[in-house]
Amino acid sequence: MTIARQNRLNTAAAHGALILYTLIALFPVFVIVINSFKTRKAIFREPLALPDADSFSLIGYETVLKQGDFFLYFQNSMIVTVGSLFFILLFGAMAAFALAEYRFRGNLLMGLYLALGIMIPIRIGTVAILEMMVQTGLVNTLWALILVYTAQGLPLAVFILSEFMRQVSDDLKNAGRIDGLSEYRIFFRLVLPLVRPAMATVAVFNMIPIWNDLWFPLILAPAEEVKTLTLGSQVFIGQFVTDWNAVLSALSLAILPVMVLYVIFSRQLIRGITSGAVK
Amino acid sequence: MAVEPQKPKFRWHIVVFLAPAVLVYTAVMIYPLFNTLRLSLFTEVDQTRVFVGLQNFRTLFGETVWSNQFWNALGNNFWFFVVHMLVQNPIGIALAAILSHPRLRFAAFYRSAIFIPTILSFVIVGFAWKLILSPIWGIAPGMLDAVGLKSLYAPWLGKEAYALTTLSLVSVWQFVGIPMMLIYAALLSIPDEILEAAEVEGITGLSAFWKIKLPLILPSIGIISILTFVANFNAFDLIYAAQGALAGPDFSTDILGTFMYRTFFGFQLQLGDPHMGSTIASAMFAIILIGVCLYLFGIQSRMRRYQF
Repeated sequence: MTIARQNRLNTAAAHGALILYTLIALFPVFVIVINSFKTRKAIFREPLALPDADSFSLIGYETVLKQGDFFLYFQNSMIVTVGSLFFILLFGAMAAFALAEYRFRGNLLMGLYLALGIMIPIRIGTVAILEMMVQTGLVNTLWALILVYTAQGLPLAVFILSEFMRQVSDDLKNAGRIDGLSEYRIFFRLVLPLVRPAMATVAVFNMIPIWNDLWFPLILAPAEEVKTLTLGSQVFIGQFVTDWNAVLSALSLAILPVMVLYVIFSRQLIRGITSGAVK
Repeated sequence: MAVEPQKPKFRWHIVVFLAPAVLVYTAVMIYPLFNTLRLSLFTEVDQTRVFVGLQNFRTLFGETVWSNQFWNALGNNFWFFVVHMLVQNPIGIALAAILSHPRLRFAAFYRSAIFIPTILSFVIVGFAWKLILSPIWGIAPGMLDAVGLKSLYAPWLGKEAYALTTLSLVSVWQFVGIPMMLIYAALLSIPDEILEAAEVEGITGLSAFWKIKLPLILPSIGIISILTFVANFNAFDLIYAAQGALAGPDFSTDILGTFMYRTFFGFQLQLGDPHMGSTIASAMFAIILIGVCLYLFGIQSRMRRYQF
C-alpha cells in the first residue's frame, strides 16, 4: 500500500518536473507567436494575453511581406538544404559502400581520413574557403553554400552509412554478381534501397544545422538575391528593430518552416538519435 | 566481402565510388583547413603576400591590443563552456532519467516538446530572448513581479556582469534537448535484467540511478562533454544574433568565434585582416585539437565500456 502511494507520488513529481520544463521550452515561442498577431498597443499593454477581436492585427505580417523578400529567401534556403542533402547522401553512400564492401590497400586509412571531419569544425578553415570561393567566382552563389555543407556533412554520413552497409547480407550481393550485375548496379539496385532508413537518419541530422546556419551565408553569400531565410530574417530584424510588429511577425515566419519540418520528421529524428546512430 | 579475382586487376569502381566524396571533402574542408594554418604565417604588405613566420602569433599574444582581446575572448569562451557543462548537461541527464522511466505516460510528447528549441535557428532564439528580457517590453520584469521578486530584475543582456552568463543560459535552454536525447538512448539500452537484479538486492529509485545507471552511461556523458566542448569553442551565431559582431556590452560577451569574425571580415571601422583571422583560427584549431586529444587519450581510453 505504502509502495503504491509512493509510486503515485513519484509519478506526480516526474510529470510535474517534465511539465515545468516543457513550459520553459515552449514559453518563448508561444509569446512570440501570439504577439505577432496583435496591435502594437496590445503587445505592450498585455504581452501575455492571447489576441482577441479588439487586439487582433496582421500589420506586422503586411510589413514583412511588403518589405522583405521572404519567398525568395525561403526558396534559397530550400535549394541549399535540398541540394546539400542530395550530395551528402549520394556521395556519402557511395564512399561508405566502397569502404564497407571492398578490401583494398588504404581502406582503414581512408576511413580515418574521412572521419577526421567529424570532430574538426569546418569553420576553422573559413578564411581559406572564402579566398577559394572568390578565386573560383563562386562567392555569392548558392553553389558555394551547397559545396561547404556537403563537405561538412560527408564525414558523419560516411561513418554512419558504412556501419549500416556492413549489415547488408553478402549472399544478396553475391547472388547479384552471379546474375552478372555490375558493381554499380549492385550498389544502386540492391544496397541503396536496403539502407534507406539510415539515409533518412543522416538527412534529418544534417537538415536542421544547414537550414539554421548563419555563419556561411553571412560570409560566402550575403548578396540580396542569394540570402537564405536565416540570414534574411537576421538582416530584416536588424533593420526593423523598432517596429515590434514586424520583428515579431518575421520571427514567427522564420519559426514556421522548421516547425513544419520538425512535425514531419520528428519521429525519424528521434528514432535516429535513440537508435544509437551517433555513438 | 570482395570476391578476389585470380589475376589482380585494378578495380576502377572503388575509385569511382570514393572519388566524389574524397574530392569534395578534400577540396572544401581539408585543404582550406591547412591553407588557413599556412596563411597565418603570412601578412600583406603593399597588396602582396609576404611570409613572416610566427610574427602574427607574436602580435596576437604579445601586443596588448590583440592579446587583451584574445584572452578576454578565450576566458569568456571558457565560462560559456563551464555554464554548459554545469547547467545543460545535468539538466539533460535529469530529464532523460525521468523520461526513461518505464510506464511514464506522454513520454513521447514531453520528449518532442523539450527538443523544439534545439531545432530553432540562433537568429530566432537570440532575438526572442532579447525581446523577452528587454526592459521595454516588460515580460521578464512583469513575471518576476507576479511572484514578488521584481527587485531581482536587471536588464541582464545590457549589463557587463551578467550578459555572458545570460547568453550562456539561453544557449543551454536551446540545446538541452541534445544531451537529453543521447542520455535517454543510453539509458534505454541498459538491459532490464541488470535493473531487475538490482531490484532484488533492494536497490531501486534514486539509488538505482546513482549506483547502477550512472556508471553505465558514463561513456555517453563523455561523448556529450566533448561534443559540447567542440560546439562551444566554435560558437558564433547566438552571440552575433543577440549582441552583434561587437559582442557588447564592451566586449563582455566576445568569444573566439566573434573575435575571429571581426578580425578577418572587418567590422564598421575595423578593416578585415585575413592573416590575423587565420592566426586566430589556428589558435582555435589548437584549442579544439587539445580538447579532443585530452578526451580521446585521457578519458575515453580509460573508461570501461560494458558490453551487453
